[in-house]
Amino acid sequence: MNNLFNYIDRPSPIHRLTGATKFVCLMLWSAAAMSTYDTRFLAILGAASLVMFKVSRIKYKDVSFLLSFTFVFLIMNNILVYLFSPLHGCEIYNSTTYLLPYTGHFAPTAEQLFYHLNYFLKYLATIPIVLLFVCTTNPSEFASSLNKIGVKYSVAYSVSLALRYIPDVQRQYHEISQASQARGIEMSRKTNIVNRLKSASTILIPLILTSMDRIEVISNAMELRGFGKRDKRTWYMAHPFRRPDIVCMIVCAILVVIAIALNIINGSRFYNPFMQI
Amino acid sequence: MKKLSVKTIVATGIGAALFFVLGRFVAIPSGVPDTNISVQYGLLGFIATVFGPVAGLLAGLIGHFFIDFSFGWGVWWSWVITSAFVGLATGLITSKLKVDEGEFAGKDIVWFIISSVIVHFVAWGLVAPVLDILIYSEPANKVFLQGLVSAGVNSITTAIVGTLLCVAYAHTIPKKGSLKEED
Amino acid sequence: MEELLKFENFTFQYNAQTKPTLIDINLTVHKGEKILIAGPSGCGKSTLIHCINGLIPFSYKGENRGRLTIKGKDTNKMSLFEISKSVGTVLQDSDAQFVGMTVAEDIAFALENDCVGEPKLHDTVNEVAGLVNVDKLLDHAPTELSGGQKQRVSVAGVMVDDVELLLFDEPLANLDPATGKQAVELIDNVGKRTGAAVIIVEHRLEDVLYKDVDRIVLMYEGRIIRDCTPDELLSESALKEHGIREPLYITALKYSNVNITPDMKPGHIDTIRLSDSDMKKVFDFYESIEEPKERGTRDKLLEVSDITFAYKEGHSPVLKNINLCIDRGEMVAIVGTNGAGKSTFSKVICGFEPGYEGKITFAGEDFDSLSIKERAEHIGFVLQNPNQMISKVMIMDEVAMGLRLRGASEEEIATKTEQALKICGLWKFRNWPISALSFGQKKRVTIASILTLEPEMIILDEPTAGQDYRHYTEIMDFLKEINEKGVTVLMITHDMHLMLEYAERAVVFSDGRIIADDTCASIITNPDIVREANLKETSLYELAKDCKIEDGTGFVRRFIDYERTVVNVKEREA
Ligand SMILES: Nc1ncnc2c1ncn2[C@@H]1O[C@H](COP(=O)(O)OP(=O)(O)OP(=O)(O)O)[C@@H](O)[C@H]1O
Ligand SMILES: Nc1ncnc2c1ncn2[C@@H]1O[C@H](COP(=O)(O)OP(=O)(O)OP(=O)(O)O)[C@@H](O)[C@H]1O
Ligand SMILES: [Mg+2]
Ligand SMILES: [Mg+2]
Repeated sequence: MNNLFNYIDRPSPIHRLTGATKFVCLMLWSAAAMSTYDTRFLAILGAASLVMFKVSRIKYKDVSFLLSFTFVFLIMNNILVYLFSPLHGCEIYNSTTYLLPYTGHFAPTAEQLFYHLNYFLKYLATIPIVLLFVCTTNPSEFASSLNKIGVKYSVAYSVSLALRYIPDVQRQYHEISQASQARGIEMSRKTNIVNRLKSASTILIPLILTSMDRIEVISNAMELRGFGKRDKRTWYMAHPFRRPDIVCMIVCAILVVIAIALNIINGSRFYNPFMQI
Repeated sequence: MKKLSVKTIVATGIGAALFFVLGRFVAIPSGVPDTNISVQYGLLGFIATVFGPVAGLLAGLIGHFFIDFSFGWGVWWSWVITSAFVGLATGLITSKLKVDEGEFAGKDIVWFIISSVIVHFVAWGLVAPVLDILIYSEPANKVFLQGLVSAGVNSITTAIVGTLLCVAYAHTIPKKGSLKEED
Repeated sequence: MEELLKFENFTFQYNAQTKPTLIDINLTVHKGEKILIAGPSGCGKSTLIHCINGLIPFSYKGENRGRLTIKGKDTNKMSLFEISKSVGTVLQDSDAQFVGMTVAEDIAFALENDCVGEPKLHDTVNEVAGLVNVDKLLDHAPTELSGGQKQRVSVAGVMVDDVELLLFDEPLANLDPATGKQAVELIDNVGKRTGAAVIIVEHRLEDVLYKDVDRIVLMYEGRIIRDCTPDELLSESALKEHGIREPLYITALKYSNVNITPDMKPGHIDTIRLSDSDMKKVFDFYESIEEPKERGTRDKLLEVSDITFAYKEGHSPVLKNINLCIDRGEMVAIVGTNGAGKSTFSKVICGFEPGYEGKITFAGEDFDSLSIKERAEHIGFVLQNPNQMISKVMIMDEVAMGLRLRGASEEEIATKTEQALKICGLWKFRNWPISALSFGQKKRVTIASILTLEPEMIILDEPTAGQDYRHYTEIMDFLKEINEKGVTVLMITHDMHLMLEYAERAVVFSDGRIIADDTCASIITNPDIVREANLKETSLYELAKDCKIEDGTGFVRRFIDYERTVVNVKEREA
């Protein structure tokens, strides 16, 4: 029904956590993985996230489509980094170890490859967790989770509205584009940017204008049903926290503390194996 | 902070949905890797201009967050924050325009275009690369070049698409006492 | 009875308008009453509804005079939330009203806003969902529901508050006849069970009258011109004079020169009492018309063979082995259940959805390899939802757009646009932005924009949804006229009257298949097909039975023929 959350309903301990817990854990985990480049820590996070993936009973084929995007993105970024700064690793680790006799600008160095390994690990530590969140969180519960962790309910509800209307907008985009082709508008890809933008806007304008009408109708409908009447609201899909929820959040909070501690111990965000040599 | 009106909330939600659909399915490649002609920024400029900075900020934040999310590559926070910044800044600079009262012509258009260009250059030329370096320790020359290309492309897109949208929308709003049946 | 709502000399003018939209309204609604508001498109029905539920003045700005009170309290002194405690509104657009991500969340919406906690929240939702019969769909998303189911959810959503007045703005638009009938039953049940007063705005008068209504309020150009019982109103000629369609059995009785009086209880086909002489008159009317002749054969124009189509690969197909042949110069109706695949079928023909299996030829030419744009040069297509077709801001530009793209000269554009706008009753508004039009008017804009292109064949998806009888007749008569000049017309409709009156032949869709393809009169009088395709038997058929006319199908056919040849010609001349 919804292309965004790829919710797969299979009973597992992870599915049973509340959406709020999963969201907090996702944020804490990402913060931990983002704040440090300590290779050992990232490797542990990566391994742990793969284990959790198993626990959640989500299968590789459920997410292979998403993973292919990620993979392309990752490769592209690695190549770009290498092309622009083949010596980025040497600057970071403050040493240069050529791996080949050739020592020109693009010569591979152990430091550069190690940097790329870290770059890769950073993704390994975060991607499975994001996928896990996407696959095990009921989108309906997402908005209430945001409200639960302190986001104002009005903002949380706009997230819910966005999720509600994404499939509608998508279908409408498709239909409008067909209708305008039927009336003779060329959508060819072979023209320059300005023309491409112009033909894109013959779809965009009706799409946006209907959306503006829709904004009016929806806000009327919501107001007629008492939205915004009080300072708080309840949520049909909300669940109370239970013990596993608390435990998970504490564990993830500890991870952040460890990450920060490692940065202090290492003296920088990088774990530098080349210094000891 | 003043209580958000229901209309702003709905505009944020629908704005984010539109931003998501345009960004996720309508990206036109510009030739430089990782940088697309992003029609969604034209939309964001429009939403921010009509519904104000808060709607702009949230629509950019939520919409971009969902795009990253749906690709499964993790949330690229530096760019998500930059999109939110674009919405906020555009909304603030254009707050004196009255597109929702049907006024958008001449000076207003120039003001809208100039502010979009400035906002995008600050956003992609400065905010995004600095965040990339801070968060991901990427090489500076890569991120600044990517940023400048994005800034150029996005400001052109916003200037063209955003202006067209604002003009079209302003026309749909009848002025006071203007609707008369003719024979 | 206790007064619930009272308009006293109420006048309202939108800020953008130069004259008031509601003029000198006086109307009282009592507890538990059921009222139908009828009137031509643009006469101010929705505006009246908005005044009651508080959207005017809270959302739409304008100026009002006079007084409007709810339970004795002046609405000018009430907040929107206070009003919404006693007034529940079901908007016309049940898609936009559906704000929750699933059925359960949408029903719970008002309760959530009221901070109702567990377990009451879940209990109330379950209870109300049971009342409107959607309790098995609680975790479905709006995209997984049919039009009728969405309507039920909207009703449930306003029932969770104990409202005393329920407002329905065109609840039947876009519902197939049988689902529409269920919706009318549902509204009736809800009203009786909760004791709430009900106000329904609807163009499909006969369908609403299927269940008892206490009063009909007839509006015209912003004023209330009649406010009486259905029996009284149907005995007069006020409806027809103001461009509203009467129930068909009433029209047939009038053609038979039966004098209708309120004590005959003409409000409903089941209650109407006809004397023997009345029946005789109907029978004589039947006898006096000749059975229409069968038409000869013509050239094949569109041939569709063995079309199978699914929106997503691997999903079950929406169209299954469709075979259909349309001749040049025919006027054909497609009817069937909501979600049967009618719109999908027309999209496939017009090339909107490639990836079908099977073969389409047009005038002998292979259609399968043509693009949307190339097919559009032969077939003009008016989509179900006008918002998907409108891409310009001003009416004139929209109607001229197709001609401009084809490089027509400005003079040609000017004359053709003028002609199309006049046919569609939009000439008065030609310099307005499209956003200032009502739904029915927008739909006419899209019809006009296709008419200017003069295609060989026109497909219209629900051309008359939300239209009043006058505009409906104008558009359909024009289509009939161009049809007689050789343009082939294919129309998708839920309106049995439209089908009977204008089409020669009807194709019936059910669950992705064609289950019947025959003359309209034989289809509408075949109970098996009527049931399977959610159609509705026409009241003419019942009238025929009441008057002991054995060949009901023949009666229906002769009535239509009479209307087409005698009455319409007379009216056009007048
Ligand atoms: N927001 C608005 N601003 C200005 N004029 C409006 C607005 N809404 C409606 N009108 C005008 O008020 C008149 C009555 O419109 P309304 O929507 O009440 O008609 P209606 O009887 O419900 O028609 P329909 O049967 O087509 O729905 C129309 O002429 C329309 O142009
Ligand atoms: N773009 C789409 N993607 C996926 N499924 C669709 C799409 N459009 C329609 N469907 C599904 O295809 C089926 C047929 O839909 P269609 O719109 O053709 O029905 P219809 O006969 O026109 O109904 P109605 O009378 O309500 O307009 C429905 O079950 C619908 O949910
Ligand atoms: Mg209306
Ligand atoms: Mg349809």
